[in-house]
Amino acid sequence: MTRPELRPGGPPAGRTGGGDRWGVRGPWSTRTIFAILVVAAAGAYLGFRSTPAADSADAAAFRFFDSVREWVDANRDSHPLFLFGVNYLRLGVRLLVEAVSAALTGLGFAGLVAVAGAVSLVLAGWRAALLAVAGFLSFAVLGLWTESVDTLALTLAAVLLSVLIGVPLGILAARVRWIGSALRPVLDVMQILPTFAYLAPMTLLFLIGSPAAVIATLIYAVPVTIRITQLGIAGVAPVTVEAAAAQGSTRWQLLTKVRLPMARPVLVLAVNQTIMVALSMVVVTALIDAPGLGQNIVRALERVNVGAAFDAGLAIVIMAVVLDRVTTAASRRRPLPWRLAVPVLAAAALVVLLPIGDRVPALSFAAPVNRLTAWVELHWYAGTEWLKNTVTGYLLNPLENLLVTTPWWLFVLFVLGFGLLIAGWRAALVAAAAAVGVAALGLWVHAMQTLATVLVATALTLLGGVWAGISCARHDRLATAVRPLLDAAQTMPSFVYLLPAVALFGASRFTAIVAAVIFAVPPVVRLVERGIRDVPPTVVEAALSAGSTPRQLLWKVQLPMARGGLLLAANQGIVMVLGMVVVGGLVGAGALGYDVVAGFSQREDFGRGLAAGFAIVLLGVLLDRLTQGFHRSKGPSS
Amino acid sequence: MRISYVAVVCLLLTAGCQGATSDSGDPAPSAGSKGTVNLAINPWVGYESNAAVIEYLLEKKLGYTVETKNLKEEISWQGFETGEVDAIVENWGHDDLKKTYIEEKKVAVDAGPTGNTGIIGWYVPQWMADQYPDITDWKNLNKYAGLFKTSESGGKGQLLDGDPSYVTNDEALVANLKLNYKVVYSGSEAALIKAAQQATAQKKPLLFYFYEPQWLFAKEKYVRVKLPEYTAGCDADPKKVACDYPEYVLDKIVSKKFADTGGAAYQLVKNFKWTNDDQNLVSDYLTNQGMTPERAAEKWVTEHEATWKPWIPAGN
Repeated sequence: MTRPELRPGGPPAGRTGGGDRWGVRGPWSTRTIFAILVVAAAGAYLGFRSTPAADSADAAAFRFFDSVREWVDANRDSHPLFLFGVNYLRLGVRLLVEAVSAALTGLGFAGLVAVAGAVSLVLAGWRAALLAVAGFLSFAVLGLWTESVDTLALTLAAVLLSVLIGVPLGILAARVRWIGSALRPVLDVMQILPTFAYLAPMTLLFLIGSPAAVIATLIYAVPVTIRITQLGIAGVAPVTVEAAAAQGSTRWQLLTKVRLPMARPVLVLAVNQTIMVALSMVVVTALIDAPGLGQNIVRALERVNVGAAFDAGLAIVIMAVVLDRVTTAASRRRPLPWRLAVPVLAAAALVVLLPIGDRVPALSFAAPVNRLTAWVELHWYAGTEWLKNTVTGYLLNPLENLLVTTPWWLFVLFVLGFGLLIAGWRAALVAAAAAVGVAALGLWVHAMQTLATVLVATALTLLGGVWAGISCARHDRLATAVRPLLDAAQTMPSFVYLLPAVALFGASRFTAIVAAVIFAVPPVVRLVERGIRDVPPTVVEAALSAGSTPRQLLWKVQLPMARGGLLLAANQGIVMVLGMVVVGGLVGAGALGYDVVAGFSQREDFGRGLAAGFAIVLLGVLLDRLTQGFHRSKGPSS
Repeated sequence: MRISYVAVVCLLLTAGCQGATSDSGDPAPSAGSKGTVNLAINPWVGYESNAAVIEYLLEKKLGYTVETKNLKEEISWQGFETGEVDAIVENWGHDDLKKTYIEEKKVAVDAGPTGNTGIIGWYVPQWMADQYPDITDWKNLNKYAGLFKTSESGGKGQLLDGDPSYVTNDEALVANLKLNYKVVYSGSEAALIKAAQQATAQKKPLLFYFYEPQWLFAKEKYVRVKLPEYTAGCDADPKKVACDYPEYVLDKIVSKKFADTGGAAYQLVKNFKWTNDDQNLVSDYLTNQGMTPERAAEKWVTEHEATWKPWIPAGN
């Protein structure tokens, strides 16, 4: 469930492109207009507020989606669209998964470990190779070898497809203007779409199992591949290209001999991020019967066995760290020359052929983790109950009440006005249209309840993330110590820590907020830290020599100059919190998240569930446009 | 791992072929086995206990290969139509699905009861029943509504419901019995069980939707709240329900194809019948004792030969 983000050492994986420069005014007049807008909105709210009727269980949109479902069910084996399109796609993907899986399994335990080590050594150096060998061994030590290989196979199949589709599209998007601008909104929506909202339509079209899982993962991961590739190709210095063109290179030669080689580090980064994103989605697809570690986690949850889920979660974190470090190292160095690479690979091939057993010492963290969670659940309860009640009573409930009692048209007007002021007319129109769309779906009350939860979660995420990011930027040792924690928080599937959260906070909206904050804080910390560290050292020195205290340096120099990074962090924080809305539905947050969960498991709720999925996307577009426009129109461009 | 080669060739030469159906490429039965049985695994432990024992007997005693598929209930039923699922071995009611798939589409058939009785109801932890003896009657629930208030219940008492795929009339019940309660959906069985465990451990009031057979009862005691008695047909209109849940006769559903061609495997699934105690025992192995399904089934099978012997069809 990792969203693309800035990684140290890489360019932004977020959105690119020029912003709208509307409403560039003096700060004083903007502030006045803002104040007028707030007063007008407050007045209109007091005049028009009303208690809305609960969402109907039978809106037109729900019936439409239900009829789509019935049509697909009836025509799955007769309509040409399925016979020659969808079903072949499924079959093709199935063949790919089976081939990858057969290759990995065919190597055997010792063989796969050796090959992983050898490939890492050739591409990424001996440190990465050691890490890869240790990581792969640990899967067996945890007793999760087969499941890990299944997860790896699904991930690799999805990444392979993402790269095959994403890299050419990324190159086109970078080279052909209209393709780039046509793709941008599509990619935006694909990235905002919450993972769980994919699953119901996937089972409808591709049934259950590995093919549906790989296609869902592909949809989730390919925007990352396209975006980073586009960025890399567009970033090749024009001077170099011109020099090559002047020497008579053809267009094809320019691409293959100049642009692609020069963009190589960024392309490897694209693969790296695609892997991370794909891995997180593959775990979630256990819900549509994809094999692998996700199954262990889902099962452990059924048995309320946090320890068993932790073992599987740990294997996923290890896999993510290995794949991340190996590809990151590969992007920074050249592969070994052939005369060295061939013997290394040959040695690995020898291990494949040798009859080495798969007996390894077993180690499980299940028992200690269960003891620890039991202790925490028993002793922290009084404090956590207080925290939940305070946040819910003083923050969440008033906000939810405000949003729910606002008539929908007033909300749309407010979005429009607010958007015009801070984000430009184009973003404002899109945001307002998204708000109208939510109303049209017939899920207004649930959408506003979800919005309140999302806003509170985002506020807490930013509070924690900015504070931690600043601390990390100022203390190198802290940053080093925190990095593995952030990695773990980002790659550990949220299912693992949901149950202790339910025990401490009950089945409630606050539990969903806690889960979302844990998930969304790491990228915020990274973006903030990087933003502050990117402030030119000369500026910092100048301020210090002018006698700034550390506090003044932070507030007057570093934070204002890191504004672009901070706003990007806010934007990413919101997008990631939205991704957790559906997970919230599993732990008592209700509203849209629960609608999606219910639609996934009850036939009669299918239409409503799909409508709720779309409503989440529209909320995402709304928030994304407003905040994105914010840093585009006013901050330094990112 | 085996692939339908006709379909592969079609993939390469799409023109002139008949198109792929939704089951193209599904694995064919592996050689050396009498056949493959696709068993749906619905997401609760009691179901897994049934499935574990059936899988064990099919593989070890009859020589079949069993493919298990982790699916929600509704999706399992769809599997009858696509050929992905041969059998569901613990079905709770679902008259609507029976109508669609057994009567209308004719892709599934009833394979008889599992012998388990399903009870759905409202429960409170044992300590509440001890402290407030009259709380176990719905008529007194309004008196205690204040106890059950939470941050989610908007000033009313909270009635905690579970996974959305479970059968529930609770919203209608609360409205029609004029109870000062709000139904809060925990969204998953795990969240519901965790809440129940905490209610016992922390002595925290909780009124929740729950069901038996359920492995949690092997560990902790919960008391059912009496609702107005169930009479046949009192739940006919889902909006007007004001009575308790009926007792469910849990049954097995199999695909038409499996019933026609499944041979001994089908006979075994059809003959499978045991008690709530049997199931709770295997569930206890799976959860509280942390065994794998295979080990749990093996242990039960070795210790209960008299129960399962009659399930094995004659001649095997």
